[in-house]
Amino acid sequence: MSEGGWLKSRLTRWVDRRLGDDGNARMQALTTRENEFGFDAFGFNKEDAKVAALFARFLYRDYFRVECHGIEKVPPGRVLLISNHSGQLPFDGVVIGGAMLFEATRPRMVRAMVEKFIPNLPFASYLFNRWGQITGTPENCQRLLESDEAILVFPEGAKGISKPYSKRYQLQDFGLGFMRLALKTGTPIVPIAVVGAEEQAPAFNLRPLARLLGTPAFPVMPFPPFFPIVPLPTKYRIYFGDPQLHEGDPDDDDDELAIKVKAVKNSIASMLHVGLQERKHVFW
Amino acid sequence: MTQPSTPGPGPAPAPAPEDDDALERDDDDEADSDPGELELHGKGERRVVITGISGRLGRLLAKRLHRDGRYHVIGIDRRPLLGRPRDIDHVQVDIRSKKARDVFRSGRVDALIHMGIMHDPRDTMEERHDFNIVGASKVLEYCQRYEVPKVVCLSSANVYGPRPDNDQFLTEDAPLMGAQDFPAIRDLIELDHLASSFFWKAREIDTVILRPVHILGQVRNAPSNYLRLPMVPTLLGFDPMVQLIHQDDVVEAIVNALEPGVRGIFNIVGPGEVPLSAVLRELGRRTLPVPHPFAKPFLSALWKVGLTSFPVPELDFIRFVCMVDGSRARSQLKFAPQRSLKETIRAVVLEDEV
Repeated sequence: MSEGGWLKSRLTRWVDRRLGDDGNARMQALTTRENEFGFDAFGFNKEDAKVAALFARFLYRDYFRVECHGIEKVPPGRVLLISNHSGQLPFDGVVIGGAMLFEATRPRMVRAMVEKFIPNLPFASYLFNRWGQITGTPENCQRLLESDEAILVFPEGAKGISKPYSKRYQLQDFGLGFMRLALKTGTPIVPIAVVGAEEQAPAFNLRPLARLLGTPAFPVMPFPPFFPIVPLPTKYRIYFGDPQLHEGDPDDDDDELAIKVKAVKNSIASMLHVGLQERKHVFW
Repeated sequence: MTQPSTPGPGPAPAPAPEDDDALERDDDDEADSDPGELELHGKGERRVVITGISGRLGRLLAKRLHRDGRYHVIGIDRRPLLGRPRDIDHVQVDIRSKKARDVFRSGRVDALIHMGIMHDPRDTMEERHDFNIVGASKVLEYCQRYEVPKVVCLSSANVYGPRPDNDQFLTEDAPLMGAQDFPAIRDLIELDHLASSFFWKAREIDTVILRPVHILGQVRNAPSNYLRLPMVPTLLGFDPMVQLIHQDDVVEAIVNALEPGVRGIFNIVGPGEVPLSAVLRELGRRTLPVPHPFAKPFLSALWKVGLTSFPVPELDFIRFVCMVDGSRARSQLKFAPQRSLKETIRAVVLEDEV
């Protein structure tokens, strides 16, 4: 315990120093509901989250050198951020979180809905919680929206993140769940297009192996380290679209919801198109 | 962690049910026992029957109701009720016996608080089931027959079960999945179901089911015992958020549930949510993180040789989240915990001189 404590306090001090005045001030400015022990109801803790914030800032500023457009369009209060998803590892999520934390004039914490198998994994199970991420159940999402938080959803899900290089910038099927929640809670939707992540890990899918292991995909890259662990330092461009406020009955048929979802999807697709037109190169 | 009053490890404070043949004895001399022969000393306008009064929580509740002055407390428990004031009545019989029925027959009863539940995971399933379920259905039947207007049944938030895909806050409508991996609390869930079907069957009775989160205090239940360990084993890489409630707050919730007109199922939540590690830090406990693949075989070996009072499935309580939404109790039961988070956690250490 004491050795662990020593290591932890060293790490905390190092993170504090690296984060600097601006970073610390931004962390402090986050509006969260913490109890006397410093945790919110979903397990978020500002001190523990600083490591994650530092990592997000490194990815945001130094690694992916993000160019951010239209972040001022994100309205205050409850909001659903809907983005395309790609790149084998969810760095797009980290970077969107980084943008809201370090780029927005008023820093906000983004909470992403993580896969339901995460609570089974050691360390990830609680660290994701400490960093403000939550298990992806509709009830959790609704509860957070009702307390006016910003929720990040990737409606493409696992199909999106594990799509092969050949399918880059082709949006996969969107789930309808987020629209149902938006209608139920009267939440505006901000579509987001992330350009650059789709090239960070040019992998193809070894389908037989995936089937054997029972995973949604088994990505392999044609160059070392062969498995998508470290992404290529592509340049990210993030486009925030105009908020959309949909109205209707959350219990409508799927077909009805699909029309509304299509509007969000189209908006992301057109921003992706513009982004791809504008950029000169994948890496700069 | 089975609640609310699992007899602890080592020298068990809860007297074992030594009167195993009490049943037959009671049945035998039933013939010449007149109903209404019970000698009651208590005063107070509302007669409240508490089953399982001799447990630690039961004693606290009895004291609280006695202090209130409005209630005349009658306890039913096969264990003796130590250090009771003269005007708390105690009928030392098994709740399955006919003597227990006499309590209801001998005069008007205004409320039943049912907390007579056996929890010791070392008891056989049959014995536990017989006591918990047969006992509960008998007293519920008496309540209907003798027109008791209020029934309060103490269940537990553990009936929902700790699961990886649990919502952060489960509402009262969530399915009771606790027994899926933990057969030992099956009868607790069955009891909960029994009470909720009673709620629908006996519409004239205000039935209240309380599902409190982990109760801490001088009670000897699994969570309190766990936090009292000198070296607390945890699962490496797991640190779920937990909800805790002070025993006095649970007693207050039960008292609130006695109010006429209150009915339904209520999750009873304490002052807030904390990670398990913060609880242990607050108590200054040394921890022993065990990688979870080893924890199960290790604990099951300890269990087999009788070195632990924690059955293997309880590991899930320190691995996955099992938290509940207490807003219904806040709005309808008018229940708000009075103890702070710190006080609640500290409640497990303040004891032992008793």
